[in-house]
Amino acid sequence: MADMGNCIIELKGITKTFDDQQVLRGIDLNIYENEFLTLLGPSGCGKTTILRIIAGFIEADGGELLFNGIDISKVPPYKREVNTVFQKYALFPFLNVYDNVAFGLNIKKVDKTIVDQKVKKTLKLVGLEGFDKRDVTLLSGGQQQRVAIARALVNEPKVLLLDEPLGALDAKLRKEMQVELKKIQQEVGITFIFVTHDQEEALSMSDTVVVMNEGKIQQIGTPVDIYNEPENRFVANFIGESNIIGGNMIRDCLVRFDDVDFPCVDKGFKENEEIEVVLRPEDIDIVEPEKGQLVGEVTNVVFKGVHYEIMVETDKRQYKIHTTDIQEVGTKVGLCVDPDLIHVMYTMEY
Amino acid sequence: MKKKSRVFSFLYIILCYLFFYVPILVTVVFSFNSSKSLTKFTGFSLRWYTQLISDQEIMAAVYVSVSIAIFATAISTVLGTITAIGMSKSKKVLRDTLLSVNNIPIMNPDIVTAIGLMILFSSMMIAKGYITMLLAHVAFCTPYVITSVYPKVRSLDDSLANAAMDLGATPFQTLMKVIIPSIKPGIYAGILLAFTMSFDDFVISYFVTGNGVQNISIIVYNMTKRTNPTINALSTIVIAVILVALIIGNVVPAIYNKRKDKKVKMEENAN
Repeated sequence: MADMGNCIIELKGITKTFDDQQVLRGIDLNIYENEFLTLLGPSGCGKTTILRIIAGFIEADGGELLFNGIDISKVPPYKREVNTVFQKYALFPFLNVYDNVAFGLNIKKVDKTIVDQKVKKTLKLVGLEGFDKRDVTLLSGGQQQRVAIARALVNEPKVLLLDEPLGALDAKLRKEMQVELKKIQQEVGITFIFVTHDQEEALSMSDTVVVMNEGKIQQIGTPVDIYNEPENRFVANFIGESNIIGGNMIRDCLVRFDDVDFPCVDKGFKENEEIEVVLRPEDIDIVEPEKGQLVGEVTNVVFKGVHYEIMVETDKRQYKIHTTDIQEVGTKVGLCVDPDLIHVMYTMEY
Repeated sequence: MKKKSRVFSFLYIILCYLFFYVPILVTVVFSFNSSKSLTKFTGFSLRWYTQLISDQEIMAAVYVSVSIAIFATAISTVLGTITAIGMSKSKKVLRDTLLSVNNIPIMNPDIVTAIGLMILFSSMMIAKGYITMLLAHVAFCTPYVITSVYPKVRSLDDSLANAAMDLGATPFQTLMKVIIPSIKPGIYAGILLAFTMSFDDFVISYFVTGNGVQNISIIVYNMTKRTNPTINALSTIVIAVILVALIIGNVVPAIYNKRKDKKVKMEENAN
């Protein structure tokens, strides 16, 4: 994890409505120096809107936007110390690679020799050395992406905003760019705010993940926290796969679902409180029927490459299990879960 | 059977082209005639060209036509481009209304526009002459510029302007450095249209001019009442200018593109 300094951007109760539709319902978020923060959520959850508010392209209806402690909600985008990498790159088609990257510096009337140094250095950083005179419209998607990143980075912004920048790339290139983006962020040491709907991308690149749905923040945490300790059903469902089961907390460290008592490690709930339990498919073990906490029958087996996805039907429900051991359809099996792999969360209000 | 139809279609094309070009050819040929006859070619001479150059009235008309076309094109291009950009940013109702209103002057018969402008200038007590002709030309050229620039503005990616502002460009810098360069093809088409519309306009110019100010169309109209091969000489020069402009307009970009391709290929080989 990168060492994080002071809070650089603060959002306090940000709201936004488009045509009677509330897109943001009170967003509170602190973004720190050197942080790689990802806004993750399904399309229409408001993540891009947050980015556009920070960039200054739209104005929030309510709330405060602080940059180093100063309210910047009325500052026009061209005076903000942030730069954006756009979803479809938005390169200037009438300029070559060099002039695209130099655009921001030329606008600020930086001395030509300094512009030249900075542009060359940044092009090298993104792996486009010697591409200066190329026509940007003739570059591949990955190369255009790099130009877009260079064009933003060359201005040495305090914060770089990235709006689903890898969305248009094919799967393999995307993986490569993920690694490279993370490397660039560590090299230049500035804050990245990254918007994506791809959970894998979010988990593999970020220091902090902000999960959003319907204009609200659902959970803020490290990728590990988000995956292992989802705070509610939405997060559990959106990040990875899970079995979500309604149940009751009998007492500290004992939860009952499907009429069976399971020892667990969660504490601090009220006695008999209604809760939901998350079981990740890879955390359920298949054992002999007589040794299992639950008993069921294998109904379906699908090969997924690294593992098999096995559906086991108990008399209450179906469980999804990921395991590397194959099972025959129709076999009676027992299911077991370690106490520390049971995650108990509050039921959602809606 | 097939061969026969091919011969027929070839003949048809030839006839079409003859129909287009014979009148022009006749004009050109008789501009070099040594006598005043428009039916009998009596010998080659540059008599009508020398007469044309020494004719103060015709030279004044050439000056009026060219200068009005240049000024009207410049003004209407700026006006039309700004209007098109503004329209693309306005609400749908306003945009659709403006677009339909913009089409009216284009569809309207010239004579109606001409009389309308004439009455307008008279009622406002503006003395008719060079300025009224220029104003009228700006008025009928601007809708053409809007029509050719607007689709380009509409197809412009919004994030280009955002990107420019994000990189520190003020709205005015964004307009000059990003929006205008992106819609250049539309603006060029607008310039070309406006210039040709203005240069060969007769009806509107005839009604809004006064004080002895004449453009080429008006003077030609006045001269056709008697046989005067000077007109042929003038027409030939106009044809020659257009021909040269067309050749430059078509050949230069082709050569430029070929060179650029070659250069990119050479760089790729070098890498």
